Amino acid sequence: MKKLILPALKESFVKLKPGSMFRNPVMFTVYLCTIVMFFVCIWIMSGEHSQGSLTYNVFILVILFITVLFANFAEAIAEARGKAQANSLRKTREDTPAKKVFAVGEIFVGEVKVVPSSQLRKGDVFIAETGDIIPMDGEIIEGLATIDESAITGESAPVIREAGGDKSSVTGGTKVLSDKIKVRVTTEPGESFLDKMIALVEGASRQKTPNEIALTILLASFTLIFLIVCVTLKPFADYAQTPITVAAFVSLFVCLIPTTIGGLLSAIGIAGMDRALRANVITKSGKAVETAGDLDTLLLDKTGTITIGNRKATHFWPADEVDEKTFIEACVLSSLADETPEGKSILELAGATPASYSVNDARFIPFTAETRCSGIDVSGMKIRKGAVDAIRTLVSRAGEIIPLTMEAKVREIASNGGTPLAVSEGGKAMGVIELQDIIKPGIQERFQRLRKMGVKTVMVTGDNPLTAKYIAEKAGVDDFIAEAKPEDKMNYIRKEQQGGKLVAMMGDGTNDAPALAQADVGVAMNSGTQAAKEAGNMVDLDNDPTKLIEIVEIGKQLLMTRGTLTTFSIANDVAKYFAIVPALFITSIPALQALNIMQLKSPESAILSAVIFNAIIIPILIPLALRGVAYRPIGASALLRRNLLIYGLGGIIVPFIGIKAIDLFLGLFM
Amino acid sequence: MFTELTGVIVTFLLTLLIAFPLGRYIARVYRGDRTLLDFMGPLERFIFRICGIDPTKKMSWKEFLKAMLTINLLWFIYAFVLFLFQGKLPMNPDGNPSMSPDLTFNTAISFLVNCNLQDYSGETGATYLTQLFVITFLQFVSAATGIACLVALLNGLKEKTTQNLGNFWMIFTKTITRILLPICVVIAVLLAFHGTPTSYDGKDTVITMQGDTVQVSRGPAAGMIAIKHLGTNGGGWFGANSAHPLENPDYFTNILEMVAQLLIPIAMIFALGFYINRKKFAYVTFAVMTIGMLCLLIPTMITEIHGNPAIARMGIAQPMGAMEGKEVRFGPAASAFWSIVTTIISTGSVNSMHDSSMALSGLMQLLGMMVNAFYGGCGVGILNYYIYVIIAVFIAGLMVGRTPEFMGHKVEAREVKIAALVTLLSAFLIKGFTALACYVLVYHGNAPWAVKPSAWLNNPRYHGFSEMLYQFTSTNANNGSGFEGLADNNVFWNVTGGIVMILGRYLPIIGPIAIAGLLANKKYIPESSGTLKADSLTFGIMVFVVIIIVTALSYFPPLALGPIAEYFSLKA
Repeated sequence: MKKLILPALKESFVKLKPGSMFRNPVMFTVYLCTIVMFFVCIWIMSGEHSQGSLTYNVFILVILFITVLFANFAEAIAEARGKAQANSLRKTREDTPAKKVFAVGEIFVGEVKVVPSSQLRKGDVFIAETGDIIPMDGEIIEGLATIDESAITGESAPVIREAGGDKSSVTGGTKVLSDKIKVRVTTEPGESFLDKMIALVEGASRQKTPNEIALTILLASFTLIFLIVCVTLKPFADYAQTPITVAAFVSLFVCLIPTTIGGLLSAIGIAGMDRALRANVITKSGKAVETAGDLDTLLLDKTGTITIGNRKATHFWPADEVDEKTFIEACVLSSLADETPEGKSILELAGATPASYSVNDARFIPFTAETRCSGIDVSGMKIRKGAVDAIRTLVSRAGEIIPLTMEAKVREIASNGGTPLAVSEGGKAMGVIELQDIIKPGIQERFQRLRKMGVKTVMVTGDNPLTAKYIAEKAGVDDFIAEAKPEDKMNYIRKEQQGGKLVAMMGDGTNDAPALAQADVGVAMNSGTQAAKEAGNMVDLDNDPTKLIEIVEIGKQLLMTRGTLTTFSIANDVAKYFAIVPALFITSIPALQALNIMQLKSPESAILSAVIFNAIIIPILIPLALRGVAYRPIGASALLRRNLLIYGLGGIIVPFIGIKAIDLFLGLFM
Repeated sequence: MFTELTGVIVTFLLTLLIAFPLGRYIARVYRGDRTLLDFMGPLERFIFRICGIDPTKKMSWKEFLKAMLTINLLWFIYAFVLFLFQGKLPMNPDGNPSMSPDLTFNTAISFLVNCNLQDYSGETGATYLTQLFVITFLQFVSAATGIACLVALLNGLKEKTTQNLGNFWMIFTKTITRILLPICVVIAVLLAFHGTPTSYDGKDTVITMQGDTVQVSRGPAAGMIAIKHLGTNGGGWFGANSAHPLENPDYFTNILEMVAQLLIPIAMIFALGFYINRKKFAYVTFAVMTIGMLCLLIPTMITEIHGNPAIARMGIAQPMGAMEGKEVRFGPAASAFWSIVTTIISTGSVNSMHDSSMALSGLMQLLGMMVNAFYGGCGVGILNYYIYVIIAVFIAGLMVGRTPEFMGHKVEAREVKIAALVTLLSAFLIKGFTALACYVLVYHGNAPWAVKPSAWLNNPRYHGFSEMLYQFTSTNANNGSGFEGLADNNVFWNVTGGIVMILGRYLPIIGPIAIAGLLANKKYIPESSGTLKADSLTFGIMVFVVIIIVTALSYFPPLALGPIAEYFSLKA
């Protein structure tokens, strides 16, 4: 933190450029007031006597200047934090050697040459081998490798990435631990998500979100109201035959306009994106974070989000008249070439390894979408394993039927949330394998929390409705889509959106891309395909499906921080009025001494105390602006009461205490 | 004192007793359900036919406003011409003169916009023709305009998503035929039986008990006095308004006129609940407004009943309370109640002289008009309240971590911009013009005008300032009551007053209807448990806080220089 402060201090002076000040109307008026006070001081030095002492005026000038600096500092420190975070990520993409593949090389076709990574362009192909740092974001087109992504995610466990399928994407800066892959570059240099995110945090391309614009309008109109207050006060004072100094007018105006929120507004916005980045989520726009706070519906994939990893085989249930040992052997044989996690878990349950079986002349039957089963033809046996429906078709084609006891078992497994996998040999049903999902510990509480926030959770699964219902109930989600095809997600999102709801989903596959684009907040996994990452508006570096829950809270925090600090800022004005108005008129209207309820020492000290309080409250609130106001899922009304009490009532009381304390302190010198 | 308080409480409870069923009835009228007054149907259809109106035509918010503004412009021209030439027109038994151009400008706008500020005196400044066919006419149509605009807002709230805010002509006509006219007939008859004149003859000559001969003005006054209150207009037949013994003869008529002015603003709140089927929102709104009224009323009653400390210091007992400027037949409690009701609701009729109220009462009256949404005028009170609701929704929405939404529609930059502008407008008009008056007074006190600025004020110092502040607060709120003591029938006050009235009327109507139209166009968002419920008590408190903070922040300095300074000076 300490090393951030110095550059931020420097930056707060750089931000004094009128061009960048103009972006924030509230602070810009303070800026103008500072300039006015500067000329007043010159005026006094040239011999004017109606404006009070020079020291007093210079003091006011300095405090106003500091107020502007504090606001700039708030923004600068938020940016600095974001930048520090982004820089640590950027370090990973410093120039690294890349083994570029030239389709037509100087000597032979497909020649590999080492070039700096900065020379890689979209569409180029490179090779990465054990120990190499991947030079650019890309998609694996050949091979499989274990990769250490800790540079990006902080997660030390290596992951496997392979060509084809949904885990084909690699990120620049990560390290290949084993094997060799061929990768096609998918982004131009300077246009990767990380680059975009860095630009966003640095403010260069940061656009105000709709909500920020609306708030700025409200704050600008409050500023105008107070401008009217101060301008009209001049004729009022003339009527009351009270001379008022320029310093007093300027102080009243600066104290009244919402400088606190005005100074912190952009810091809050940047901090919101920064918090997302800390959660290892790259957002493509500030708006996406805000939208996340409004989400009504979350679409969550069952696997990996609600349940741990994949289903596991938990039981072998041979059919009547089938020997258990024979059945298990058939199961193992059929799973030997099955690379799916389910297939592996069958071997695991049987206590077998592929190496312990040597099968000769075996013909493996791969899984296809048509047959919906896989298997093996070995030593005259035709073992098939697949969904119960598929096996039933096979069995009935052979003129057999599935025994009733086995059918009963199938139903029993399904109603317990398991998935039955049937095995047949040569058209005769042999039994079922029970696969079970394991629900993640603690997930029920998270869904409970979401429900209290008013967010509906929907589980998406390829399971049959019976299994899906069982898991949905056990995990505590509100709804589920069973036997989901990619277009089902899309349709569900559309249906919810037509009802006026905001929907978020997480996805990784290319077939998720349309749904990710359709969803209001689409979070793509970093491991996902390029298409998915392009379609979503956030990328989760950790590939953690439960991240959506955190994103919702970050969005809510962002809005709440703005709302509460606005309330605080406006509530502060009450005390400032009680400090300044009596001070202005006390000489000509002694009765107004009754309004000086803080018993401030003198008109000068009253005005100074108010202006000083107004300035120092900005840095005091910077930590809160950066951290965000904590969200509690206690229902909207209760939350409003709580925040109204803390920031509304607190906003009225705190400045009374603060201004009085400053006045007592100033009293020691004046 | 106990009887006086009882009188106030009974009046208020009586109003509620009538307002609740009336609200239900009003909702039925606009929903097109069967009602007792369906026999008005042929009359309405006749009006539509001769005017060539298609009452079933749907109107977007822009079309609705266009219709409303067009007809208002026509009425303005009509009123302007008749006031300007009233001296030469018939029905002028007392031979009163025509109005000067600047007074005409002020008076025509004043009645057109439901303000009813009177820079003239009814007995000498208007004729029976203008009193009946301009003033009374405008009192009906301006009230109906306000109510029709509120119904447009409610139409926007009622539907999930719609372009249609209803047909202005149909809503407007029904408001008069089914609500205002029937109730006015009842009130006018009751008033006439209690001594309010209903005669077309000129001044009567009366010999008093002392033997003096006195000319007493009269005229067909009862009807106008009925709509003046029912339509929250406030412009009196006689110069002294409802303090005049013929305009408000006894305690019964005082209660009657009181109930009449409270009736529609309160009934409209209940009608809102029935019409858009959000009764809880209506009850919370009613609670917020009633608490607001009590916050202003209680200090006023206490200070008026306690009497003037300056007189007490002279050693004079004030057993009846502060009686300066008050009618003995009403007493301080009923007068205090009236003065608050007439300022929070934009009636502006008076039964005591507000210039003579205690400083604290003056402060409360000013605050009532600055807020202008504790019940508020016919229809427009709730429109003003709606603006505060939008601001409250925006801030509260942020505070609970959700993009703000009101009744299923997202409140975004455009709506906030409009609400902010409307809020800004009041602050600008009241303070800007008061500042202008101060400037003219201080720097051009001896300008060679018909009335020199230095001769404007009846009182020096703080009270004089209050007189000017009150005038612009009253015109901006379309209230129309005067602090009096201000020489206001001259070019400066007539023209500035006219400008403030017209801006203070139409922009705060256009704003809420535009917001309602924009919101109604948006996609409907169903409520979830994360949504801030607009009909919760918590949200009601939020709106109340917004009203207090916005008003206090906008007006604290001028109030401190006027009534607050006077209050503390008097106390010291």
